[in-house]
Amino acid sequence: MDTIETVLRDVPLFGGLGSAELETVAGCGSNVRFRSDEMLFRDGDEAETFYVIRQGAIALEMFVPSRGPVTIETLEAGEVIGWSWLFPPYRWHFDARALSLVRATGFDGACLRGKCEADPKLGYELMSRFAQVAIERLQWTRLRLLDVYGYARVD
Amino acid sequence: MATHASTDLREPPGPMAPEPFRVSRRRRETRDTWTLEFEPVTGVPLELAPGQFTMLYAFGIGEVPISISGDTEGPLVHTVRAVGAVSQAICASRPGSVLGVRGPFGNSWPVEDARGSDVVVVAGGIGLAPLRPALYEVLRRRGEYGEVALLYGSRTPDDLLYRRELERLRGRFDLHVDVTVDSAEGGWHGKVGVVPKIIGGARFEPDSTVALVCGPEIMMHFAAQALLERGVPGERIFLSMERDMRCGLGHCGHCQLGPTLICRDGPVYRYDELRELMAVREL
Repeated sequence: MDTIETVLRDVPLFGGLGSAELETVAGCGSNVRFRSDEMLFRDGDEAETFYVIRQGAIALEMFVPSRGPVTIETLEAGEVIGWSWLFPPYRWHFDARALSLVRATGFDGACLRGKCEADPKLGYELMSRFAQVAIERLQWTRLRLLDVYGYARVD
Repeated sequence: MATHASTDLREPPGPMAPEPFRVSRRRRETRDTWTLEFEPVTGVPLELAPGQFTMLYAFGIGEVPISISGDTEGPLVHTVRAVGAVSQAICASRPGSVLGVRGPFGNSWPVEDARGSDVVVVAGGIGLAPLRPALYEVLRRRGEYGEVALLYGSRTPDDLLYRRELERLRGRFDLHVDVTVDSAEGGWHGKVGVVPKIIGGARFEPDSTVALVCGPEIMMHFAAQALLERGVPGERIFLSMERDMRCGLGHCGHCQLGPTLICRDGPVYRYDELRELMAVREL
């Protein structure tokens, strides 16, 4: 059976990290599973964990009064969900729902923050990686803001 | 009595004269988009190639360029989004109505040249319509290609074209179909996100892949970037461009794109040849 450290080697977020660093990160992780439709977390809950999805898909949602849950984005195997554990007030800003059976590795945010504070080099590496994920998601969000399919050349 | 030079009615009509085509079938795709099938009133079918377009004429209203969206070995099929007076009139044409058709015009997707390669079809919105004939062609000779993927994005689930056909295609073992929408509310269990993002999840060998891309220009720009990042060379990425095509013959100049005329030199361009033109704001 693969250890968490072995699994992390194939996750783009951790690409290029050395064995010692991977071992340190893996020490804060544990394997978890969610049934289809189960909530991983809800808007306003304390953000103690982030997840690396190993199998299945997750919807990031926001509940809009009179419309119900609106899906903001879906995430799949190999992707990471959650960065609210990095910054105060450590609260989730969205809901996250499993769209299918999801197998993931969950990481204890407080554990990882502690290790990052103790080892600034590791902290920098992880912060850089999460910033890259955040920037990529921001770029895709900006593209969606353009509503590219909503406009057409009028004849 | 003065004499006048008269038109010889025995002369065949020129390329500016529309041929009458009768609407034989009409199907609603989305709230504003319809697919129409045509049969030639003269009985003479058109010779079509995937990627080409015709000038479709609603008599007394006007003419618009519309891509071929059906199997090129079958009848003429167009999928039209009602966004103006002409396209609204075309979409409202019931079976039995007669419209004018000129063409087909333009070049085609490099389906022949892609034999032996993986093929990735990337479509956004109504951009799936011009790509559908190419996909049919590839699937008809499936054994001559490597991996084949269809990656399609639309605004919402209700805006997906050819919904039943997409579901049927997803059932094939020799085709990877991935669909995403920009936003969704309850009842949608598929992906939410932009189409360039799902390029990363498709299986293909980048350096032996031919990518065919069609959609809004900004979407094509980001899709081409995502393909380049995956390692697909620019000369193997093909985009279909749209401008104000009018004559279809390269005479009027309305569809000029830099040194090219889309109706004559396009609408399909290689990305490495198009890249600089796409960056010019005035074009």
